[in-house]
Amino acid sequence: MTEKKPIKTTIPEHEVMKPGHLACQGCGASLAMRYATKAIEGEAMFTLPACCWSVIDGPFPYSSLGLPLLHMAFEAAGATASGIRAALNMLGQKKVKVIAWGGDGGTFDIGFQAISGAAERDEDILYICYDNEAYMNTGIQRSSATPYGAWTTTTPVKHFEKRPKKDMVEIMAAHKIPYVANVSVAYPEDFVKKVQKALSMEGFKFIHAFAPCPSGWKIKPEDTIKIAKLAVQSKIFPLYEVEYGVKYNLTVKVPNPVPVLDYLKLQGRFRHLTEEEINIIQKGTDENWDLLMKKLENK
Amino acid sequence: MNFKPGKKVVLEKLADYPLMPASLADMTHNFTGSWRNMRPVIDYDKCINCGTCWKFCPEPAIYIEDNKVNVNYYFCKGCGICVSECPKKCITFEEEGK
Repeated sequence: MTEKKPIKTTIPEHEVMKPGHLACQGCGASLAMRYATKAIEGEAMFTLPACCWSVIDGPFPYSSLGLPLLHMAFEAAGATASGIRAALNMLGQKKVKVIAWGGDGGTFDIGFQAISGAAERDEDILYICYDNEAYMNTGIQRSSATPYGAWTTTTPVKHFEKRPKKDMVEIMAAHKIPYVANVSVAYPEDFVKKVQKALSMEGFKFIHAFAPCPSGWKIKPEDTIKIAKLAVQSKIFPLYEVEYGVKYNLTVKVPNPVPVLDYLKLQGRFRHLTEEEINIIQKGTDENWDLLMKKLENK
Repeated sequence: MNFKPGKKVVLEKLADYPLMPASLADMTHNFTGSWRNMRPVIDYDKCINCGTCWKFCPEPAIYIEDNKVNVNYYFCKGCGICVSECPKKCITFEEEGK
């Protein structure tokens, strides 16, 4: 056997998150946490609202995260992170980063007022939302992050989700905070770079991470990365960043876009859709993309 | 492999409990490998050391040692992301217990 070239890793090699955690097979949320913790240099502290990660982390007295962590009530992630920041500042620990880590339910719906308040006060924290597009931890109930056409247990096939997904990144960018970005688990280099950039800035930062959920989306566990990639390639989830609410930058370009059908047909939650409904999704996706392109030109 | 399983914490009486709800150990005593139906096996002759499987492992159950990628079967849940993402298709899925 010939000598092999050394393994060159494109993301930091050290592991902070420990194995043995309780995520499902092929979980996008655990992958997102792995990338986020890799990006942290120096000391950091986490706070979690109720979300999948409250369970994944492990029962008391165990924690698989490898960093200090405070479990908090569903609606309070933004407020708790502000409180931790204030307490650390009082103790003279200004260098310790405070990171709030919530699911889409705790960010888009229930925790929205606390996040909006923290963003308006421009607290020096980083909020990362891992978005699996429904309340997965409690059994796949619809959230305001659920996209048009999706099946959930509260929007069954006969009355499937009729409203488009809430555009959280634009809402946060409208707060004129220093940094807002979209990341995806299929692009780890982009993910780590954006978290590092956010942690190097002062003020409120918001990162929206796309994390497929095999059990909730009715996909095969091995397709997690493939689907996250297709979401970017079909323009459903563009990867871009916004600085101070005005400076737009597209970080992952899509030279050869694929139709949304490629993304939808792999997922059991979209199985009931007819051609007409798929056309509605395609039209909505194209409109959103054109809008984003206009914003990119205005930078 | 330089892996040691984590300790199990036994809290029998009230005095054993920490004063604050703090974590006393990580979850590495919990061998999630028992969840697995299919076992990923790496063919090292075809492997080109790109590290893609390591990058996309959600556990992380794949680690880099001796200039090659290795699977930690104590923790691999058998999701198959490494099998589908390998650019050289050199990781195969084999049924457990065969």
